[in-house]
Amino acid sequence: MFESLSLLTLQQYWWFILSLLGGLFTFMMFIQGGQTLLNTLAKTETEKNIIIASLGRKWELTFTNLVLFGGIIFAAFPLLYSVSFGGAYYVWMAILFCFVIQAISYEYRKKANNFLGQKTYETFLFINGSLGVILLGVAIATFFTGANFVKTDTNLSSWTNHTYGLEAVLNPFNVLFGFVVFFLARSQASLYFINNISEESIVQRARKQLRIDAVIFTLLFLVLTGMLLMMSGVEYHKEMFSMVKYKFLNNLIETPLILVVLLVGVASVLYAFVIAIRKNATNGIWFSGVGTVLTVLALFSLLGYNHTAIYPSLADINSSLTIENGSGSHYTLTAMSYVSLFVPFVLGYIYLVWKSMDKEKITSGEIESDNHHY
Amino acid sequence: MENIALIDWSRAQFALTAIYHWFFVPLTLGLSFIVAIMESIYVKTGNVVWKEITKFWMTLFAINFAIGLATGIIMEFEFGTNWSNYSWIVGDIFGAPLAIEGIMAFFMESTFFAVMFFGWDKVSKEMHLFSTWLVAIGSNLSALWILVANGWMQNPIGMVFNPDTARFEMNSFFDVLFNPNAYSKFLHTIGSGYVMGSLFVVGISAWYLLKNKDVVKAKKSIVVGATFGLITSIFLIFTGDESAHEVALNQPSKLAAMEGLYDGHRDVGIVAIGMLNPEKQIGDKKEPFVFEITVPHALSLLGFHDTDAYVPGINQLIYGDPKEGIEPASDKIEKGKIAISALKEYKEAKKADDNATAQKSLVEFRANEKYFGYGYLKDAKDIIPPVALTFYSFHLMVGLGTWFLALFFFVLYFAMVGKLDKQKLILRLAVLSIPLGYLAGEMGWIVAEVGRQPWAIFEMLPVGMATSQLSVIAVQTTFWLFAVTFTALLIAEIKIMITQIKNGMEEH
Ligand code: HDD
Ligand code: HEM
Ligand code: HEM
Repeated sequence: MFESLSLLTLQQYWWFILSLLGGLFTFMMFIQGGQTLLNTLAKTETEKNIIIASLGRKWELTFTNLVLFGGIIFAAFPLLYSVSFGGAYYVWMAILFCFVIQAISYEYRKKANNFLGQKTYETFLFINGSLGVILLGVAIATFFTGANFVKTDTNLSSWTNHTYGLEAVLNPFNVLFGFVVFFLARSQASLYFINNISEESIVQRARKQLRIDAVIFTLLFLVLTGMLLMMSGVEYHKEMFSMVKYKFLNNLIETPLILVVLLVGVASVLYAFVIAIRKNATNGIWFSGVGTVLTVLALFSLLGYNHTAIYPSLADINSSLTIENGSGSHYTLTAMSYVSLFVPFVLGYIYLVWKSMDKEKITSGEIESDNHHY
Repeated sequence: MENIALIDWSRAQFALTAIYHWFFVPLTLGLSFIVAIMESIYVKTGNVVWKEITKFWMTLFAINFAIGLATGIIMEFEFGTNWSNYSWIVGDIFGAPLAIEGIMAFFMESTFFAVMFFGWDKVSKEMHLFSTWLVAIGSNLSALWILVANGWMQNPIGMVFNPDTARFEMNSFFDVLFNPNAYSKFLHTIGSGYVMGSLFVVGISAWYLLKNKDVVKAKKSIVVGATFGLITSIFLIFTGDESAHEVALNQPSKLAAMEGLYDGHRDVGIVAIGMLNPEKQIGDKKEPFVFEITVPHALSLLGFHDTDAYVPGINQLIYGDPKEGIEPASDKIEKGKIAISALKEYKEAKKADDNATAQKSLVEFRANEKYFGYGYLKDAKDIIPPVALTFYSFHLMVGLGTWFLALFFFVLYFAMVGKLDKQKLILRLAVLSIPLGYLAGEMGWIVAEVGRQPWAIFEMLPVGMATSQLSVIAVQTTFWLFAVTFTALLIAEIKIMITQIKNGMEEH
């Protein structure tokens, strides 16, 4: 059934999947946000263990989501993978480093004779949740703001500067993007703890913390959206590229569906904050989760559709990447599309497993009695 | 444009991370099954001793698993960061298995890992057992997809070169998936994981027996480990033979290096034990071996299933052997150069809208397409991988594989007749064989990967063409960053493991 679709449709379909995955990943970064709140929300060792237990059962899903995000870019948009990872080298490597140190920290933190000491592993978790998240935001933001690469006739790429990605942190939009993701992750972490943990002291502090993070997030997000809509972007028609003022604003106006998704998404996140702060609701995480997925979906759609370059080249506009010139072949996208039919199945079992594991909220009693925890 | 230092540092970084990843993966593959078997015994018998045994090994499993993830994520992204040209040129074929791996295998592993590890009191016994099995299956599925990708690098099929995008594009998913090379690779590699898991369980249990600690549980564990190990060792040797057969069919240069075979002919034997002559250079008349013990007929037989089969040696592959229809490598390089310039002409003609020239160049390109990769080589001798490293790695692996089979046999035999406690020597050798298992696995990869040189994609894409255009400093920086980080993490892992083992198999 996918064979009969045009190449362009398949490219759009895969951009959609990528956007969806990006959304799910952003939502799942509440794990990272939670890691930065460890010392803020926990005052005793038991409280710390509760928070670690609550995050520790899910961190691997976020991690795997990142892995899959990379794999999908590789398979569906190999040129984007090649150009961005091979050029913005230092940034991506720093991000990976932040995830390497996360992967062992839950397991090793409390183990006897763990070489680096509990404090170090907790610092690793903090670095992963702060630097890792902010840099990831910066790296993704460069898809909007572009980078200094050129590609040859045979699509082999190289960068014209030798800072290999470090220059990205000098762009205010990129940095702001990073911090928006960071404060979103922290806000969602509080919402998650409120939902997942029954220890009153932690929940209290999470609600207080949410007020701070949610306000900062909302303000930064508004500024970011403003900047995005004012920004110029690269537009293409066939092989002709041109710089267009207010490109993203135009995209938004020309595709009302994206506008609706964006508004619903943002409203849903804000609603989650309001009910959690004002009404002491515990189910805010679900609203902010859905809202985050929709918002990210909308942002990626602004980037990928309507003849927009997904990775503008600042060195040579004609080297810019688009979903059309950077994708896999018709054959591969078709084959992958069949595989994508597995995704709902995967989401299904993840949901069921979570449900059975989260039947009861985490209490201090459980942590103290069970020795099989982190 | 070729920057040797950059290529070498990129290779070194990839080798470093791959070798580290491979410290942890085999144990995940093997131990996940052994733990699942142990838990099955518990569920079947209801004997809580088995539950405690299961939990003990599961704890060690989790310690190892975490660091497997830490090293794996680097590998996935390294194709982009360090081999970006590679990612574009072959991403159409290579990327798909990697993405499928994520969807089908990694999520399964990590989701059910949470149940297996934290779900003892949250889900039913049966659901828990089911989850443990799914972790084992998931980890083996991740091996499947990555080895399909790797098998394709060794024996690239199922694709065509598209001159317009200047890259390889997939035209048969099933050819890629059912690549015979991927198959033998998958089976042999998971087999090596099972053997590694068995060596681990047998070795640690043997240590308990030597220390007279947790004797009951150790004895139960050792029987499971040695039985699993005996069966999988036999499997490993068969699939190893199958791998060698695939190498013989598709990668004659690798086979020649594995065997140190300089002069090929019909009816070739295998060097069972030998020492290479360190003075020997390709093209000179010196003896290749200082000493050797050869099994007659064996290489022809194992490689081609025919005692009289012709096996080309290093000299034939470089200088050609018209009698057997082998072209000299220099001719291949010439044809490759023709293909490269024809492709260039084609692109230029296309740009100038000159269809006639474009067609002509395309025909010329297609005629020499097979040799395209050779066009980037400088010297005919470059087609031969480092001989000594490949040769010794291969022989060490095979020797160790034979030893492991014997070890499992003796352990199981003495356990059956109830005399294992007394066999101090066997028990000590079992402990010692844990590091040997790791050694054998790493040697296997060195055979496979070093033996593939100078190609990233066999005969299609030399490694020099595959790198990202980075500065050497950038790669050196990350090389050392990861070398230090992984080493620190490895030390932490080993210390934690040893402490857990010393604490004994009781719950604590
Ligand atoms: C415990 C580890 C272990 C042991 C004891 C053996 N192997 Fe092995 N071998 C591997 C672990 C391994 C591996 C790590 O799994 C490799 C690396 C790449 C691959 O496909 O499997 C491998 C590769 C590999 C290759 C190269 C395949 C290629 O280049 O594509 C050959 C020909 C063999 N093996 C043959 C054997 C034989 C005849 C053995 C006889 C006992 C043997 N191996 C034991
Ligand atoms: C270049 C090659 C490789 C890449 C890119 C790669 C990538 C990865 C990644 C990204 C992970 C983390 C997965 C997660 O988030 O759950 C991982 C773990 C794993 N990989 Fe690899 N891998 C490679 C080689 C191999 C090989 C050769 C095997 C097996 C034959 C293998 C088997 C596994 C297994 C079983 C795990 C999960 C368990 C563990 O932590 O040990 N990988 N790999
Ligand atoms: C996990 C087990 C693995 C180990 C221990 C391993 C080992 C190595 C080593 C030692 C090298 C350096 C060879 C040299 O430059 O002389 C290398 C290179 C490489 N390997 Fe592997 N490898 C593993 C799995 C894989 C897999 C599964 C893939 C692909 C799917 C892969 C792809 C590559 C690539 C792209 C290079 C760099 C290019 C080259 O030097 O050929 N490796 N590996």
